[in-house]
Amino acid sequence: MTDGISRFVYATYIRTTPEELWAALTKPEFIQKYWFGVTLETDWKVGSPWKMLYPDGTVTDEGEVAESDPPRRLALRWRHKWKPELAADGEAFCVIELEPVEGAVKLTIDHSVARADSKLIEAVSGGWPRILSNLKSLLETGQIILAPKR
Amino acid sequence: MSMDAVFRALADPVRRRLLDRLHARNGQTLSELCEGLDMTRQAVTKHLAILEAANLVVSQKRGREKLHFINPVPINDIAERWIGKFEAPRLAALAELKRKLEEGKGHD
Repeated sequence: MTDGISRFVYATYIRTTPEELWAALTKPEFIQKYWFGVTLETDWKVGSPWKMLYPDGTVTDEGEVAESDPPRRLALRWRHKWKPELAADGEAFCVIELEPVEGAVKLTIDHSVARADSKLIEAVSGGWPRILSNLKSLLETGQIILAPKR
Repeated sequence: MSMDAVFRALADPVRRRLLDRLHARNGQTLSELCEGLDMTRQAVTKHLAILEAANLVVSQKRGREKLHFINPVPINDIAERWIGKFEAPRLAALAELKRKLEEGKGHD
């Protein structure tokens, strides 16, 4: 991590179309299927707030939509709310990019915090690969691999 | 994106070492990754290309520089295909035991 920045980049190739993937990333009922039971509330307009919550109403993360260019690019300002030791890292930035490649879509997630050795980035580095594996499986086979858990 | 490409990429000790270096410090340039390696820049570039083709490494531009990031998603796909959620806690306990026993003895 150079320059006091913690940053992780994840990529997966999913056999789908950018439009279907965009819908999967932005429709709450779809998100719930692969994101371990959380749901996302927002209208996805630039400047609008978003929040991520469990069915019992516990808000885990929130922020604002920084950029939205369907079905290519989405950027979110991201603040963790659930665990104080992660929330202490302050605001993170998450860029989601969709790029069509030979019958599939390359989905890239670039998550960063302007702070060295961020605990938040360490925590999401365990979460994103599982979410992306689930999403890939759901879009390609209609089934998820990992059931929701808390 | 085939699993064959992932296993082929992981089969080489130099490429595993490059992944170890990115795991220790993510987001490095080619020059940083070449430091301390007894290899030509061209050879490292070639290994990185194989890792990128297998999606184990993702590169992002920062100004004129290209930064390389380790991408754990393909390895996670492999783990979830054969390991699954029920075995995960026991495997984590075994991995922890192995790590403790081998601590300080180096690896690979």
